[in-house]
Amino acid sequence: MIEYFNSFMIAVESLTKQKLRSALTLIGIVIGVASIIGIMTTMEAIQTYMEKSLSVLGSTVFQVQKTPFMNVGPSDRHKYQNRKDIKIEHADAIRDRAKKVANVGAEDWTYGRVIRYKKKSTEPVYLVSGATPEWSPNNGYYVDVGRFLTQLDVDYSRFVMVIGTEVVEDLFPFIYPIGETVKFEGRNFEVVGIIEEQGSEMGQSRNNMLVIPITVYQKIYGKEGSINITISAKSSELLNGAIDEIITIMRAVRKVAPGEDNDFEIFNSESLIAFWNDMSRNLKIGSILISFISLMVAGIGIMNIMMVSVTERTKEIGIRKALGARKKHILTQFLIEAVLLSLTGGLIGVILGVLLGNVVASLMNLSIAIPWFWVVVGLIFCSFVGIASGFWPALKASRLDPIESLRFE
Amino acid sequence: MTLIDIEGVKKIYDLGAEKIHALDGVSLKIERGEYIAIMGPSGSGKSTIMNILGCLDTPTSGSYYFEGEEVSKMDDNQLAGIRNQKIGFVFQTFNLLPRISSLQNVELPLIYGGVSLESRRERAELVLERVGLADRMNHKPNELSGGQRQRVAVARALANEPSIILADEPTGNLDSKTGEEIMVLFNQIHEAGNTIILVTHEEYIAENAHRIIRLHDGLIASDEVVRMHTMN
Repeated sequence: MIEYFNSFMIAVESLTKQKLRSALTLIGIVIGVASIIGIMTTMEAIQTYMEKSLSVLGSTVFQVQKTPFMNVGPSDRHKYQNRKDIKIEHADAIRDRAKKVANVGAEDWTYGRVIRYKKKSTEPVYLVSGATPEWSPNNGYYVDVGRFLTQLDVDYSRFVMVIGTEVVEDLFPFIYPIGETVKFEGRNFEVVGIIEEQGSEMGQSRNNMLVIPITVYQKIYGKEGSINITISAKSSELLNGAIDEIITIMRAVRKVAPGEDNDFEIFNSESLIAFWNDMSRNLKIGSILISFISLMVAGIGIMNIMMVSVTERTKEIGIRKALGARKKHILTQFLIEAVLLSLTGGLIGVILGVLLGNVVASLMNLSIAIPWFWVVVGLIFCSFVGIASGFWPALKASRLDPIESLRFE
Repeated sequence: MTLIDIEGVKKIYDLGAEKIHALDGVSLKIERGEYIAIMGPSGSGKSTIMNILGCLDTPTSGSYYFEGEEVSKMDDNQLAGIRNQKIGFVFQTFNLLPRISSLQNVELPLIYGGVSLESRRERAELVLERVGLADRMNHKPNELSGGQRQRVAVARALANEPSIILADEPTGNLDSKTGEEIMVLFNQIHEAGNTIILVTHEEYIAENAHRIIRLHDGLIASDEVVRMHTMN
């Protein structure tokens, strides 16, 4: 035990005496570990955020869309594009027939439009939503001042608008906005409500938004294209039953023959999380591969530097052997040195990776995360790289002939 | 008591084209407490017999008993153990590790002997005091004079209380005055009861010893007791 402690001290000593060389050797390991830990940290932060925010959205809410959340490949895209569009009538049909649902909303979105009030205008609005009254409970956005859209607004295509707090700041710094008339897409709208202030999401403010009746939305942007149907089940126990019910209604309304696949997609927060996990798995595998390759290269670098170190210290090895060092003493001394070298690199890599990952995470307004599992895996793998790359040089050192080593100058 | 007993020891280096007989059948007995000088011109086999006596090398043929144990058949690790426990080396070029202090250098054989931290520090300090370096313990070799360095090396050789001190040209890198001081140290160590073998080509250094063995072409040319040693 004493001997190993000493080998350890000797190794620390010889590494600190060669600071520049040690540092250069470390770079490969640092990059390898920092990249994997950085990616894993960001992923963990995103994942925590996704799970939290999607569960806030409500475990009872689900959506019906024409195409999946994200297209998988070009061939699939073609298949989805040829589907019949989803229309407001479909939402109406569901609202009429479904028994297990609480709210059925029809909605559509666009981005980057400007609202004007007298001489003022907003930054391009992040989210423009055409909606029905159910938009509010289904999305979890509630009106703070004034009122939300009503069924009458939708039925009579009234030019009314509900806005976010950022729009209020831009247009009405000193004026009570309710009842004021703003210009949007060349038409006059009456402001009827303000949505309560929201937190921001992935660096995007959710207060920079406006909501108008979906019928008005279609007058402006056209009736072509598919809308979204958001549905909330009466309770989370009823969620699966509600989904089955909606599938049955949608197939009937869209005249899908028995045995054929659905010509629409249904997803909820759980399937979004599943989708995210799927996507992040590929990203993780990619980053593991990159890290693995850079760690292998770094391992070769360590082996090389250890070889040089053994040659340089031939005399020292000879002296130690003359004084009674056995093969195992020399072997452990050099092995510990190699492991220490790669573990130091690993530790620096972990620290850099966690910092980097969290910088990215905080740019996206996510909370700080540390991927403990990957930290441990990374450090274990670094030790392994150290042992693997240090073993051959260490063995070479332990096998040196004491007489010849003593003669070495 | 016989400390070293070698019988018909040959060492042949096979260089492919030719075979070099560095030792060509050497027999020798060394008793505990002796003070021996091994002399001879270069190429006489001085270094070879030194390496074999010091268990750094094994003979091609012949037998070597060290305190009754046959070392000529030992493997590397067993030889390392003998070197560590029974033999203290002093080299011409000191062979101290440059980056560690005198004290740490002296501790090295104790580390490989598995001596605990506290008692090895104590022992290392003790032997450094014995060689007159109590005030130089934390100096590194490059902060010491040649004579002081060789004293550290002697202290290191003494650290494990070996059966024999093997000194290879211990004054070869020192000026004559410092060399004499080192020889005074060796004489003191011998008087304290240690067995010493010096390898040297300087007559005046060899004169310190009580027995002088002269090698020539891998054979013992002469082996004479020049002074009766007082130790038993």
